[in-house]
Amino acid sequence: MSSTPEGERFLARRSFIELNARERARALLDPGTFRELAGPFDRLKSPWLPLQGVVAQADDGVVIARGSIDGESAVVASIEGAYQGGSVGEVSGAKLAGALELALRDCERGRAVRPVLLLETGGVRLQEANLGLAAIAEVHAAIVALRRHVPVVAVVAGMVGCFGGMSLAAALCSHLIVTRQARLGMNGPEVIEQEAGLAELDAADRALIWALMGGEQRQATGFADVLVEDDSDAIAAQVRRAFAAPAPAPRSEQVEGLIARLAGIDGERPPEPAALRALWGRGT
Amino acid sequence: MERLTFTYPAREAVARRVHVGVVGSGDLEVLLEPSADSDAHVAVTTSVDGFGTVWKHVLDRFFSRFEGAAAIEINDFGATPGVVLLASSRRRRRCAREQHARG
Amino acid sequence: MSADPPVSTIGLRWLEGLTGSAGILDLPPRTVRVADVPLGPEVARFIAVVPDPDNRFPRARAGEVGLDEALGLAREVRRTIAEDARRRPRAIIALVDVTSQAYGRREELLGIHLAGAAAVDAYASARLAGHPLVALLVGKAISGGFLTHGYQASRILALDSPEVLVHAMSKQAAARVTRRTVEELEQLGERVAPMAYDVRSYAKLGLLHRLIAGVNAAAPAPQDFERVRAELIAAVAAARAGARDLSTRLSSAAAQTGRAASIAVRSRLAEQWDAP
Repeated sequence: MSSTPEGERFLARRSFIELNARERARALLDPGTFRELAGPFDRLKSPWLPLQGVVAQADDGVVIARGSIDGESAVVASIEGAYQGGSVGEVSGAKLAGALELALRDCERGRAVRPVLLLETGGVRLQEANLGLAAIAEVHAAIVALRRHVPVVAVVAGMVGCFGGMSLAAALCSHLIVTRQARLGMNGPEVIEQEAGLAELDAADRALIWALMGGEQRQATGFADVLVEDDSDAIAAQVRRAFAAPAPAPRSEQVEGLIARLAGIDGERPPEPAALRALWGRGT
Repeated sequence: MERLTFTYPAREAVARRVHVGVVGSGDLEVLLEPSADSDAHVAVTTSVDGFGTVWKHVLDRFFSRFEGAAAIEINDFGATPGVVLLASSRRRRRCAREQHARG
Repeated sequence: MSADPPVSTIGLRWLEGLTGSAGILDLPPRTVRVADVPLGPEVARFIAVVPDPDNRFPRARAGEVGLDEALGLAREVRRTIAEDARRRPRAIIALVDVTSQAYGRREELLGIHLAGAAAVDAYASARLAGHPLVALLVGKAISGGFLTHGYQASRILALDSPEVLVHAMSKQAAARVTRRTVEELEQLGERVAPMAYDVRSYAKLGLLHRLIAGVNAAAPAPQDFERVRAELIAAVAAARAGARDLSTRLSSAAAQTGRAASIAVRSRLAEQWDAP
């Protein structure tokens, strides 16, 4: 049996989703340049989880890696979705915010650093509530300040997706890359079902969830910039492209446009997801 | 949540440090680095209480083949003994590769 | 299972008390109230998010920050930045009493996460442009509601009053999600500092500039408004003189213990930032 080009491409494809946070960061940096900061052997662990009988991971679920992207200095902040759902606690939040703040300091001193956020997170870690929330506010502040110097690029790949206060971080970024498997929303489906009832949202209805907040829907309605295959090389190429191209005005600055497109929506009878693509899409 | 410690005699120095794994459900992470003394020391933090004997059996088997004076930290979220041994073997092979590469 | 508390009027009462209701501008949406009021030697813009039972979106009728609220905040703050582009940027005071973000299918479909980001962006941009940005917590400061309205301030003040609660999820929702009782959650907050809801515990984390004692949030007397105005004047002066970032949340005395790990992580990152 002879192999087809499609078959060969399929076999050659390397899933980005199957990589852990460390491997994802490595995949996006120029080969041989990955250098981890505040890694597992620094043992900066959660002071709060062991008090509640939860085993602390040595890197608290975030990998900060320096290196280069297309030869330019870069930093990648990669959230480990398999640890506590990628939730943001005190230490993991400080790693995210601290890395962005150091990138900002370098940019202000004339040494550009390319920041990349790999967002695989349910939002605030409830076991660390107020410290996680405060850290997310600091992440927001750092993104807005950094954007003045350099594009801030985010990737949401799945399968955890990007929720809670970190979904606002994704929306603040200059450039957002998503896969079909990704989900992006402020509140997780389970919480919406719990707070508003099954009629409002059935969290078990996967087709509905992806229709509302999946990567393809988000890109088609202007909430994400690029829809990419779950392929490590393809995603790395999109990240490089995002830095190479001139950055458009961030979507979170387009207030009048956002108000205008929401103005026509009936709050009691909003459009179906597919219809929203026609209303808000970028056209063919 | 339980913390368990073990000590094993060692015969060789350990040159590098190695980390594998994620503390996901049914999984664990392992950190290995040179011991402060000539023995191997293992510190296990596990979310599942009452399996001290199982951990000892698994580690006894591991150290029957591994002779490095290593300080090993294991953070476990309910991994089965099979998974633990697999992680340990991966770690041991990686350590051996790196020792070999250094000549 | 606990019932949710009634809709709060604390935010509106404080806006009216601090500014005089005649000064509240008549702009849509009704849920974002803005007033320009003398505050010491200058004029400050006060902004509050208040409940509206006739809100366009059914899931945002009890004081939540929904789509219209977040975009309304973004618009008002950006209007302030534009109006002050050629003069001394005025102080912006975020009066905070928000139950949370709005939870709903429409909200997700229509991108509440981006609306929220627009509000965060506007507030952060105002701070970076030199507007003294001060948050005053007079009631609830929960989750996405607080992130979008107040948490970008360079100084956060709070009333030392039982109505002032800060957290990542309302007690009732958190109880439902974790399948605990509200009482169990409150006990957990006594053992695990960042999980507490009350403002005195929150103050120990080092994120607050001032905890204003002796003032009743729910039933303020005229002298309470005067006291708080004086605190706001001082906070505005401090914000104007200080850095345009959130660094006081790490340099405060309480943060040295309350956020010790946050400080240690940044220190380690800085040590390792450049290659050896």
